[in-house]
Amino acid sequence: MSILRASKGFLLLEDGTLFHGHIQSASNTPAVAEVVFTTNMSGYQEVFTDPSYRSQIVVMTSPMIGNYGVNGEDPESTKAQVSGVVVRELSTTFSNWRAGGGLAGYMANANIPILYDVDTRRLTRHLRTVGVLRGVIGAGEKPDAAAKAALDACPSMEGLDLASVVTTDKPYAWGKPDAARHIVAFDYGIKQNILRLFEDRDCRVTVVPSTTTAKEVLALEPHGVFLSNGPGDPEAVTYAMGTIREIADAKVPIFGICLGNQLIGLSYGATTFKLPYGHRGGNHPVKDVMSGKVLITSQNHGFAVKGTAESIPGAPDLEVTHVNLNDGSIEGLRHKRLPVFAVQFHPEAAPGPHDARGLFDDFMNAVEARS
Amino acid sequence: MPRRSDLHRILVIGSGPIVIGQGAEFDYSGTQAAKALREEGYEVVLVNSNPATIMTDPEIADRTYIEPVTPEFVELIIAREKPDALLPTMGGQTALNVAMKLHETGVLKKYGVELIGANARAIAVAEDRKLFGEAMVKIGLKCPEGHIATTWDEALAVSEWTGFPAIIRPAFTLGGSGGGVAYNREEYERIVKGGLEESPISQVLIERSLLGWKEYELEVMRDCEDNVVIVCSIENIDPMGVHTGDSITVAPAMTLSDREYQVMRDAAIAVIREIGVDAGGCNIQFAVNPADGDMVVIEMNPRVSRSSALASKATGFAIARIGTKLAVGYRLDELPNDITKTTPASFEPVLDYVVVKCPRFAFEKFPGANPTLTTQMKSVGESMAIGRTFKEALQKGLRALESGRTGWDISARLQDDRLADDTLDTLRGALATPTPERIFQIKRAMLANISLEEIHRITAVDPWFLSQMHELVEAEREYAGLASVDEEALRAMKRMGFADVQLGALRGETEQAVRSQRWALGIRPVFKMVDTCAGEFPSNTPYLYSTYDEESEAPRSGRKSVVILGSGPNRIGQGVEFDYCCVRAAIALREQGYETIMVNSNPETVSTDWDTSDKLYFEPLTLEHVLEIVQREQPVGVIVQLGGQTPLKLTRPLEAAGVKILGTSPDSIDAAEDRRRFEKIARDLGVEQPPNGTATSVEGAVEAATRIGYPVLVRPSYVLGGRAMEIVYDEATLRDYFVRAVRVSEERPVLIDSFLEDAYEFDVDAISDGKQVVIGAVMHHIEDAGIHSGDSACVLPPQSLSAANGKQMREHTVAFAKALGVVGLINVQYAIQHGIVYVLEVNPRASRTIPFVSKTIGVPLASYAARVMVGETLEQIGFTKEIIAPYVAVKEAVFPFTKFREFDPILGPEMRSTGEVMGVSDSFGTAFARAQLAAGNGLPLEGSVFVTVNDHDKPNAVPITRRFHEMGFKILATSGTAAFLEKNGVPCATVHKVSVARPNGIDLIKNDEVQLLINTPLGKRAQKDDYSLRQAAIAHRIAYTTTLSAASAACDAIQSLKSKAATVRSIQEWQATIR
Repeated sequence: MSILRASKGFLLLEDGTLFHGHIQSASNTPAVAEVVFTTNMSGYQEVFTDPSYRSQIVVMTSPMIGNYGVNGEDPESTKAQVSGVVVRELSTTFSNWRAGGGLAGYMANANIPILYDVDTRRLTRHLRTVGVLRGVIGAGEKPDAAAKAALDACPSMEGLDLASVVTTDKPYAWGKPDAARHIVAFDYGIKQNILRLFEDRDCRVTVVPSTTTAKEVLALEPHGVFLSNGPGDPEAVTYAMGTIREIADAKVPIFGICLGNQLIGLSYGATTFKLPYGHRGGNHPVKDVMSGKVLITSQNHGFAVKGTAESIPGAPDLEVTHVNLNDGSIEGLRHKRLPVFAVQFHPEAAPGPHDARGLFDDFMNAVEARS
Repeated sequence: MPRRSDLHRILVIGSGPIVIGQGAEFDYSGTQAAKALREEGYEVVLVNSNPATIMTDPEIADRTYIEPVTPEFVELIIAREKPDALLPTMGGQTALNVAMKLHETGVLKKYGVELIGANARAIAVAEDRKLFGEAMVKIGLKCPEGHIATTWDEALAVSEWTGFPAIIRPAFTLGGSGGGVAYNREEYERIVKGGLEESPISQVLIERSLLGWKEYELEVMRDCEDNVVIVCSIENIDPMGVHTGDSITVAPAMTLSDREYQVMRDAAIAVIREIGVDAGGCNIQFAVNPADGDMVVIEMNPRVSRSSALASKATGFAIARIGTKLAVGYRLDELPNDITKTTPASFEPVLDYVVVKCPRFAFEKFPGANPTLTTQMKSVGESMAIGRTFKEALQKGLRALESGRTGWDISARLQDDRLADDTLDTLRGALATPTPERIFQIKRAMLANISLEEIHRITAVDPWFLSQMHELVEAEREYAGLASVDEEALRAMKRMGFADVQLGALRGETEQAVRSQRWALGIRPVFKMVDTCAGEFPSNTPYLYSTYDEESEAPRSGRKSVVILGSGPNRIGQGVEFDYCCVRAAIALREQGYETIMVNSNPETVSTDWDTSDKLYFEPLTLEHVLEIVQREQPVGVIVQLGGQTPLKLTRPLEAAGVKILGTSPDSIDAAEDRRRFEKIARDLGVEQPPNGTATSVEGAVEAATRIGYPVLVRPSYVLGGRAMEIVYDEATLRDYFVRAVRVSEERPVLIDSFLEDAYEFDVDAISDGKQVVIGAVMHHIEDAGIHSGDSACVLPPQSLSAANGKQMREHTVAFAKALGVVGLINVQYAIQHGIVYVLEVNPRASRTIPFVSKTIGVPLASYAARVMVGETLEQIGFTKEIIAPYVAVKEAVFPFTKFREFDPILGPEMRSTGEVMGVSDSFGTAFARAQLAAGNGLPLEGSVFVTVNDHDKPNAVPITRRFHEMGFKILATSGTAAFLEKNGVPCATVHKVSVARPNGIDLIKNDEVQLLINTPLGKRAQKDDYSLRQAAIAHRIAYTTTLSAASAACDAIQSLKSKAATVRSIQEWQATIR
């Protein structure tokens, strides 16, 4: 096998910008999706299996990917979710005591292309400058007509309800049946580490499909309700808002993460908007407005609730609890009277820092207070 | 919380001289700290004895005390300055230990001085092995299983539990000094006893070995509101057992999954909270069992460190600067990210590149010293390289070491890879022991098709690193076998970090041919920014590195620019002094409106602070890398004369490539270095030279030496720091020299000079604008001729120099500068023997004395040099006359002998010192005493002086010993010396020679019955007696001198110490007395 030569591949963005690299792809079909970058330096397996990255081509800014292989413990869902991966260098070998195999094989099995040897920094700077774009990954020196056609056919992320695509078909249980508390979790694309953290806090979780009604949920008599992260445009998840308000009005404590945060905002009159290039990574500073403490957070979102630390236009019942120190965007909110709160970042991390894990305890406190 | 308004005056303690384990990184941190405090309006008082630093330049602080960094002197400064606070975390272990002492003795309380940055409790818990272990247990973390011992008997008991190998770590020492890995009982006893002596509290921690575990470091910062960020993770390629300063290290960590990394991150945060570093930074080391991920905390340093300097350069997050601001009350989120300028400092940098740090060693300077790498640091400097991949960064890092490798290359000679023969068994055996060459032995093993599994089994280097290296081997094989090289193949090789010269070697082509082909194919590096955020936010700081990718980010300002070539990794003979000169030049030219562009590969330094220049290229200093930068930047010219030999060696090739060299012409530089050309110039100017010759064969050398007359000084041409320079007294030794030390050939001529016995040496530094030459200073070496100028103490102004000789040296210097057309700095070394001035060498470049001279005369010579190089005249600058300071300044060298116990600590023509200190006073004795104290050579005020000198020195020993006798010292001497002294009226007691009977001199030293040893070596080959005496003196920290002139100076110094109480004065105050 040659080390100096490999199959050529490309990434073409919708604005016509072309990136060269080498490709590993099981199929000849070009992969099209919105192209986003994440600055996580570790945790590629968690990223690629995170349902929130559904219908996205993920660019890793960290240049060496695959070094520690893949294992059976770190996936955030049952399979790799991304549409494609772009990296600077793909490690051909791996070393880690937990590793069960290599990343290349893992992605090949999932039929997800990896474009490697790409100037990912140029790509990142481009996306940062012009905003996220749709793109197509394909084999060869440059795109052919099929690739271009596929790119043209790729829908915009705006207006897309992807939660109903990635959600579970039917409810399932997680955790010990005899656990002290019962949480119902809406699956808009839930990460498994959220479930693990509930389990650690002596909860059993009933994970329900995204379209489950409030009545169905309340019938399960939960001590608390959780609104998960997930992909797509929150405004397109039209069926969630009424459900959330209904559960909240029943005084059941609600905790939301990421898409869950946006949905609570929308439920109470706020609007959401698409960030120019999103927040994706594990190093974003977020300030707790009350305490002034800064949390280093894990993030993965393209949309956000409109507003500032002082107010959320259209949602007088809500107040802001967290703000992003890089761009001032809203990172957390809560209902002024009801036990309803949410954050835009990922306290469950995986990947990323654990600074905000206490929020799960805050939720459990709210659950205790109610019970 | 914004800055504290209750503090006004803050004392910052520096780290003193550069020693192994405490290098230029503390110049960087101290300078940043002082700048950060003054920015906030605080008055800064600084203490540091090291004149070669930027931090001790008068404009960095309000008052700068170039005084010994000892509790006694810092107390004097506190008493005089009455600071509100003391920042102890910027000056390494030295500053921390001094601060702790001042706390313990109540000095801080007495003067109401608050410790900021780290409080006394935090320092104590972090440094005391026992308290630290208890703290870790409390927060549920594991430490290596170990026990504390404070006596040898306790240690003996511990060893029954640890078994071998065992790791010994003394408390409160720097660079793991006095520690090590013991594989057997004998080593154990030696290391434990040494460690107990080395530890200021006589405490060692003895651990069960974690050899083979993976080693990591995290750099952590915490503010007063308990916000914590991790700045950087670092993974060592060398597993546990090798000091992190001696390991090749990589940032960020390469083989940790997120889950494992976050566990480590959580642990680090728990550690900094538990230890209680309230506002500042710390470094925490971890070991991880590669088999099951089991993790233990090795240690934490509650201060900035070598690793934090590395992490700052690796990430763009200025730890010392931010740490200082945290220490005066700021929160992380109140401080801006200095690189992006748009986001706050409360974040964790993300890297989209890989950083590799490589240690630079100096074992060639210490024949006989044990090159095995252990937990005690032995390297003297380091290079850092940035690439987009590990492979690229590794090759750049090894290349940047400038130790003769152009990347990850095996050496042509087996012995250069520390192998006795070319058998696989030898290779396997060598791999088992970590040495500086092991990284290259690994390549030999791969070339010999030893499996990666086996290499891993022997070395415990992680398989991932090995497989990355193996890809380089495979790439080389494929490339070498190509029928022809096309763009794809060549680009692939460049992306793996291969230099043109490496590629040429693979296919039997010249570097130039490869470069031509590469350029013809349009394969050029791009320059990418280090921006802390992997491109997520715009960045305005042009901190750049080269790689082979699609997009280049180096901004073009359109302003006229100057490229300044730095000095690369610190090494003996080329240290922080040259970095000082480069920094001065950058600042001066920036002030003159030039865009300044720094190129350097040393992460420890101020020059590689991205604030120092307008642009920083963090690159190896080789022709290829420099050419690519110059071609992109199109500067007015390149400055090569300030960074020592590293840039100087590039002069000719750069000129040949059409690059404009600023200042003294390349031809003149060559004329000064070329023996024959220089001889003619000296002859034409009528300057005496010691009889000399050049030889290209052993017989030629013998012939020349016979003609010149023994003793002779021999050395290879074109060397720095007196590498392999020796004084030879007879033909047999000369022949042996060629067997032992140096090969001679047509290409590698050897220079032979008459050695001027009983001569004194002088250094003259001067500056020239091409027309006018102004003397900077004439310095008098305290040691006799034959001791390398870098190793000799020197005094300014000279204490015994005839007016005629002084005038002659000044005139000669002016004449040389004019004859060579010097534009910039010139250094000339002279020897005076029997009233005749001989020129020894002329260096048309910055010398290592420039910072010392600049500080003494209050003139920034390196700044002026840069300005004349771009066309200003000395007249315009306003420096037209030599300045004679109305006080005395002494520079003393500092040696690493305690780290190389096996080596005979005698001075000679080969430079061995790692650093220097300065003492200033109104008399020679006091200035010399101050310098000795600063160098750690405590001089006794009473007790016994043990004298054993060679016959030649005996007459001159009489007046010196008489003075000691008159000061109340008891004189002890070996039989020969004693008889001579008695005969000449100096009362003394006789001591047995070491080999003759007991109790002998060594016994007396061990019993603390000797306070000062005066021992001049008996001829060239130091005899065993002498050697063991000096070893004993070092081990027992007894003052010693190996020359009579130094003994005489010590006598002056002791006299001054006995006669008056010490006072301190800042360099600004001293300089104000000029004129």
